[in-house]
Amino acid sequence: MAGKTLYEKVWETHEVRRLASGQSQLFIDLHLIHEVTSPQAFGMLRELGLPVAMPHRTFATVDHIVPTDSREEPFADPLAQAMIEELRKNTSANGIELFDVGSGKQGIVHVVGPEQGLTQPGFTIVCGDSHTSTHGAFGAIAFGIGTTQVRDVLATQTVAMPRLKVRRINVNGELRPGVSAKDVILHIIRTLGVKGGQGYAYEYGGEVIEAMSMEERMTVCNMSIEGGARVGYVNPDETTFAFLKGRPYAPAEDEWEDAVARWRGLASDPDASYDDVVEIDGSQIAPYVTWGINPGQAITVDETVPDPAQLPDDEAELVREALKYMQLEPGRPIKGQKIDVAFVGSCTNGRLSDLRAAARVLAGRRVAAGVRALAVPGSEQVARQAEAEGLDRVFREAGFEWRYAGCSMCLAMNPDKLVGDEISISSSNRNFKGRQGSPRGRTLLASPAMVAAAAVAGEVVDVRDFLEAE
Amino acid sequence: MEAIKRVSGRAVVIPGDEIDTDRIIPARYLKAITFDGLGEALFYDERYDENGNPREHPLNRPERQGASIMVVGAGFGSGSSREHAPQAIKRAGFKAVIGESFAEIFFGNATQIGLVCVTLEPEDLGVLTEWVEAHPEGEVEVDLEAGEVRFGGRVAPLGIREAARQALVSGRWDPLSELLEAMDKVREMDERLPAPGRGGYGRMR
Ligand code: SF4
Repeated sequence: MAGKTLYEKVWETHEVRRLASGQSQLFIDLHLIHEVTSPQAFGMLRELGLPVAMPHRTFATVDHIVPTDSREEPFADPLAQAMIEELRKNTSANGIELFDVGSGKQGIVHVVGPEQGLTQPGFTIVCGDSHTSTHGAFGAIAFGIGTTQVRDVLATQTVAMPRLKVRRINVNGELRPGVSAKDVILHIIRTLGVKGGQGYAYEYGGEVIEAMSMEERMTVCNMSIEGGARVGYVNPDETTFAFLKGRPYAPAEDEWEDAVARWRGLASDPDASYDDVVEIDGSQIAPYVTWGINPGQAITVDETVPDPAQLPDDEAELVREALKYMQLEPGRPIKGQKIDVAFVGSCTNGRLSDLRAAARVLAGRRVAAGVRALAVPGSEQVARQAEAEGLDRVFREAGFEWRYAGCSMCLAMNPDKLVGDEISISSSNRNFKGRQGSPRGRTLLASPAMVAAAAVAGEVVDVRDFLEAE
Repeated sequence: MEAIKRVSGRAVVIPGDEIDTDRIIPARYLKAITFDGLGEALFYDERYDENGNPREHPLNRPERQGASIMVVGAGFGSGSSREHAPQAIKRAGFKAVIGESFAEIFFGNATQIGLVCVTLEPEDLGVLTEWVEAHPEGEVEVDLEAGEVRFGGRVAPLGIREAARQALVSGRWDPLSELLEAMDKVREMDERLPAPGRGGYGRMR
């Protein structure tokens, strides 16, 4: 008999039963909530008169709307204040632990889960946020859900879900210097398309993924959803176990050996069969930048922006729409594209290693005149660690603003926004029209090191030229 | 719960592929603790300029007011998992969305609130789109039992995941009551499976 994938093993141990619709009722080990997609769910529960079934499996943080320039309450935006208060009310009334502002544990939900050790291999994890796929880096089956499903999880600790197919993506070889996890996932999305992952869970493996740190694996899994895959995961290994050991909510010492033994057994069997297998040559990947209005519209820094005149009709139209919005000229190199704003942060690239990568480029350099630059740590803990290493000083001395933890300019629900048709280079995950807060604002996605290099040059540059100069 | 077997009404075409949820409902409208009023913010940044003046947009045209079927392109609803997107569409009076394909989370969110999403083959979708453009008063009917979309004397076979179709026509599109039926088993699983902070791995030996 053929072996099983991690996805199958986890699904089988968590399937409560089959529903009449043919979907599975899936038990959820860990439910994460934040202030934007949970208030309506609590409202629906109240209307139905239902209690929260298992508050010990739900954890809350506040990330999307918190201001990152000041922590003083009430916040300048009364709606933001109302949302954080609603979350406080809902969590305390239902016995749910909240990582509130100033607790030392607050931060972006996908940064906080792993760093607290809440995220564990073999867990099913949901959150009302599509980048929940991030937690798959630990060998968890983690996916984003809508608010009505948040209600379902609060009421029953289960959701109705169709089972996905599994695509194995092998990234083999060795990455070249200056190439990061962000470049790997942008390369995968460009190769397979923004819809390529629909109906699939992505299992990432191969030498490049195995050699990655947990933070790098999180960056890759984070953007699975940008490739259309609701779930992305990496099989748990020694790197995973070492990361989790000693974290506050991870298994305690007396259970550690049992936990690791179980986790080892969860990895996909060597003879597991997949619905699809894709091979990617990691040594061919270069630093990426997006030029368009979805994350698949990405090119390496030495390529030119596509020319719709050279493309078949069905592709040309999307390219034309994107170039018009981005105000980019077809056929021109992306290198040299001027920028107004540089943003280092988000659940994709707002962790300690990301801040280190950007700081390494910034040390001894200055942000170009006219460029507004923001560094926003992914959590209070990341901020503390970065400050202990003196990274905040490196950012400040280079001319970056050093902020408090939150989502900030990733989706600009707080005061950090683009203005007019400003163009930003951003370490976040979405370059959709209007994503960074201005209906005409433009976004170039790139790795934290590429963002730092562009901030210094005032335009898109190849970070490898900076690193070589050292 | 109401069974949804057939929906019909006048239609409006929202042209373009890969329309993401940030466009359907810009993030600033997520700053609320209820879904009320979302209908008015549907496609806001495409419908209005920075001063709030209406732009040229299908949803602003007088002859499209009261439309209840939305005709879209491929990859509709990609991006953020915000349920605010299908909620805005539903609250703006739409009962169904017909397109070439839908993003996974959007489709699930929509179905669970009884907003019907069905696909057509690109050719049929092209014909429907042209017909709707030419016939603002025309009725489009989505028949989930017969598995077809009907308009102007034409019939096109529709696509929808069987589980979703079943859920809609049997009135079980909101799964909550069904989920609640199995709580005994769910509690037993909670006991058996490790929990964050509580451990439980020792028991699994
Ligand atoms: S950082 Fe951006 S993508 Fe991540 S949770 Fe926050 S808003 Fe969503």
